[in-house]
Amino acid sequence: MRRMRSLRLKVNGDEVEVGAPDHWTLLEVLRYRLGLIGSKQGCDKGDCGACTVLVDGAPVLSCLTLAALAEGREVTTIEGLMPAHVARGGAGADPVQDAFDRCGALQCGFCQPGMMLSARALLDRTPFPTREEIQQALAGNLCRCTGYTQIFQAVEQVAAEAAGIEPAEPTWATYREAGQQPSPRARGVKGEDA
Amino acid sequence: MLRLPRFALERPRTVAEAVALLADPDREALLVAGGTDLLPNMKHGLFEPDVLVSLEDVDELRAVEVDADGWLSIGAMTTLADVAADERVVARAPALAQAVSLISGPQLRTMGTLGGNVMLDTRCQWYNQTYFWRKSLGFCLKKDGTVCHVVAGGRKCVAAASNDSAPALMSLSALVDVEGPEGRRTLPVDDLWLADGIWNKKLGKGEVLVRVRVPPQAAGHRGAYGKLRDRGSIDFPLLGVAARLDVGDDGAVADADLVAVALAARPVRVRGARERLVGARPGEASFREAVEAVADEAHRRLTPLENVPGDAEYRAAMVPVYVRRTLLAAAEGAGPVHHL
Repeated sequence: MRRMRSLRLKVNGDEVEVGAPDHWTLLEVLRYRLGLIGSKQGCDKGDCGACTVLVDGAPVLSCLTLAALAEGREVTTIEGLMPAHVARGGAGADPVQDAFDRCGALQCGFCQPGMMLSARALLDRTPFPTREEIQQALAGNLCRCTGYTQIFQAVEQVAAEAAGIEPAEPTWATYREAGQQPSPRARGVKGEDA
Repeated sequence: MLRLPRFALERPRTVAEAVALLADPDREALLVAGGTDLLPNMKHGLFEPDVLVSLEDVDELRAVEVDADGWLSIGAMTTLADVAADERVVARAPALAQAVSLISGPQLRTMGTLGGNVMLDTRCQWYNQTYFWRKSLGFCLKKDGTVCHVVAGGRKCVAAASNDSAPALMSLSALVDVEGPEGRRTLPVDDLWLADGIWNKKLGKGEVLVRVRVPPQAAGHRGAYGKLRDRGSIDFPLLGVAARLDVGDDGAVADADLVAVALAARPVRVRGARERLVGARPGEASFREAVEAVADEAHRRLTPLENVPGDAEYRAAMVPVYVRRTLLAAAEGAGPVHHL
């Protein structure tokens, strides 16, 4: 019954060969065979989105993907975002990672790898998304800390900077650069506008 | 972390090979399409097959086609994201496109398939839990136990059909093609269901759902889907309502249908809806009155149980609300009815 397979995977542009039994998920292979622990093991049953990776550019849950079925597909984890950005001629981190940093779009950080991969997939498909499109695209990624506002602002920041314009709503980074305290509204607190 | 139980994975390339694998008397085999429901269920110890037969490589199951007679055919392995975005589906079967667009979240729609949703296992708050959780309660009627926690003394499992695609397909009078050891056969999607929460499909062992086929709809066809769920981003339905209105040239409803899901073990057609709606004219008072009458009728007839999460009284109170809103959305060519 127990059967080991030799799997040939393409992860973050690298061809890798790993041994895993049939019942291992892609998440288990990434974390425990390849040491790519950026993809998080959260609920492990398809609720939380923390294990999100890109397969052929589309966000999927690696905790519910059988590792063997990822053969022949291009898998991108959070570890692959920056190298891919650099390979495309960019400098430093992927703009999504950079904007999440500057906008304070995280607290504990557990949801962040999945959140940023969902955001990257959205921006690859729709470079200038509306707030509603961002909400829809990130609907499968749960964050228990931030209340999502800075996350949505971070994605808008990426789009705004790509277009060379100011984001519609001032973000945390805007205030920080100006040496000011963000307003309650910019922090996502409702009903406290002065 | 939740591990999958051990199994061997098979990857047939044709439906016939899949059927042969399912027929193997020595190894218990289960089909897996997108795996978004079966794999969590296996992690909960609800299924422990020797063999998982993945349909991933069966290319013949992926096509979406419209034939010369106007029938829309959707292969069972077409992903939910592809079904929801397909313009042919949106144009010919709006209720189906809307229902599928509201299944789960974006990642799971990328992975999950229409066939998988049609064949979805029934759900219950006493069943879709970890082995430890279920064991602590002495298990239940649907799996490993003898007691129903929903209906005191109940002998029949009342786990709820929770597939959003099912009421939509029923409202569209769709057919399903299945292939088994005896060959292919076709049956109306209405006849696919049993009122048994343990297994609510009438397919024989070893039969594979190949595709669903939606007949050409009337010229004035309008459809919509309404879905109540806890989190607008991801959850299974607490209530789902699919509506069809065929509006004739004279502006009056010529035919109508209303089907609800997530109440009982099978999707339920609201009887009397058609009679009340036919003849009413959308946009006029008569239609509004007919919709109110149907909402009242649905409120009387549809009685949610404490089977899926969400207070049953609340779900009962939402029945007329979602029936009303979904019918009005259908009349306006709008929908889906849903909260974010």
